Amino acid sequence: MKYISEFRQQALAKQLANAIAQSVDVNRHYRLMEFCGGHTHAIFRYGVQDLMPDNVEFIHGPGCPVCVLPTGRIDNAIQLVEQHDVILCTYADLMRVPASGRNSLLKAKANGADIRMIYSTQDALKIARDNPTQQVVFFAIGFETTTPPTAVAIKQAQAEQLTNFSVFCNHVLTPAAMQAILDAPQPVAIDAFLGPSHVSTVIGNQPYEVFAERYAKPIVIAGFEPLDVMQSALMLILQLNEGRHVVENEYSRAVTQQGNLKAQALMQEIFELRPEFEWRGLGLIPNSALKIKASYTDFDAELRFAMPSIKAADVKGCECPAILRGAKKPQDCKLLGTVCTPENPMGSCMVSSEGACAAYWSYGRVRG
Amino acid sequence: MCLALPAQIVAIDSITGMATASVDNVKVEVSLALVDEVVIGDYVLVHVGYALQKIDEDEALKTLALFAEAGLMSQA
Repeated sequence: MKYISEFRQQALAKQLANAIAQSVDVNRHYRLMEFCGGHTHAIFRYGVQDLMPDNVEFIHGPGCPVCVLPTGRIDNAIQLVEQHDVILCTYADLMRVPASGRNSLLKAKANGADIRMIYSTQDALKIARDNPTQQVVFFAIGFETTTPPTAVAIKQAQAEQLTNFSVFCNHVLTPAAMQAILDAPQPVAIDAFLGPSHVSTVIGNQPYEVFAERYAKPIVIAGFEPLDVMQSALMLILQLNEGRHVVENEYSRAVTQQGNLKAQALMQEIFELRPEFEWRGLGLIPNSALKIKASYTDFDAELRFAMPSIKAADVKGCECPAILRGAKKPQDCKLLGTVCTPENPMGSCMVSSEGACAAYWSYGRVRG
Repeated sequence: MCLALPAQIVAIDSITGMATASVDNVKVEVSLALVDEVVIGDYVLVHVGYALQKIDEDEALKTLALFAEAGLMSQA
């Protein structure tokens, strides 16, 4: 497939591996945080870690929206569908995320709640058009990649006067999470970042420059294919060797300096910053999430249904929070593979295919 | 969640702003609400049913050339 198979060529992977092996300084350790779950997945699936010298370590970051959503927000969604008789539309990734009391959206659906898995926000609009007497709520999650499609749906619902449609907004922001990781009271040792692929197609290179400058961390925006990850790792290693710390763009076939200005304008029109938002693993982060602006308040499910703030505890023993901060690895968790598997996940990192535990369980546990 | 696939635009409905895109000959409906100036034959990144960005062929070739350069470096 064009733009996929060229970026997975085995022969080039071997050459890149050799180039990396020749470039590393044997006297130092390279700790590269891949911010995105998409990179974590590529690293495990294609065995990229095994092609790296021993002193190059990937640290898995928090860039998995399903993983960082706190349990209380899933509890909110289940309450909404059970108490208000709404049709809840959600992306499939959220269905099996553990809620409080061993519940999940999947179990709530099995018990009769009208929860529908959708592929696109256009599907949610269609469900609202087809069911004019029922309230239809879209459970919106995701980073800047997934936010513009929610904005389009809200704008379209307003234009069509779809008064039975609303959005439970949980969109979060990448730069705020990066800042939280760097400013943590006991920060994880990170030398450089593999920057997000598709988040960056929307926000561009520019928002990362402050981290490269202020925190002296090299950042390379990296595509999600295995050769992209390896080339980006090489670029980071060269920056570290040379004592440079700038933003470089390996994924230039899709990412520009400014990003997608049309998508940015739409997000600015529909959403505004929440003063703070809770992230699983990272706690309350100021200015890290979006809510629907007052001018579109009719489409805000949190106001339409007066949804309360719910504090919920994670499953005891689950290391998801520390794994999301990069402080622990999946194999450090006692639950991994014993009581926690993709079929019966205890924590969100085992649910999403981008979660570090799911990636480790699917591809990493058989490594020699 | 942030995964997006390269797909080629094969048909555009200019009234609805929807297009048909082909991923390895599998056809998907894609909204063009977030991109400008997309024409039939263009490759776009498709994410949750929306074209997010056009793929720049020249830049893709430059990146592939970078990989080859690293290969030369490894043989030096």
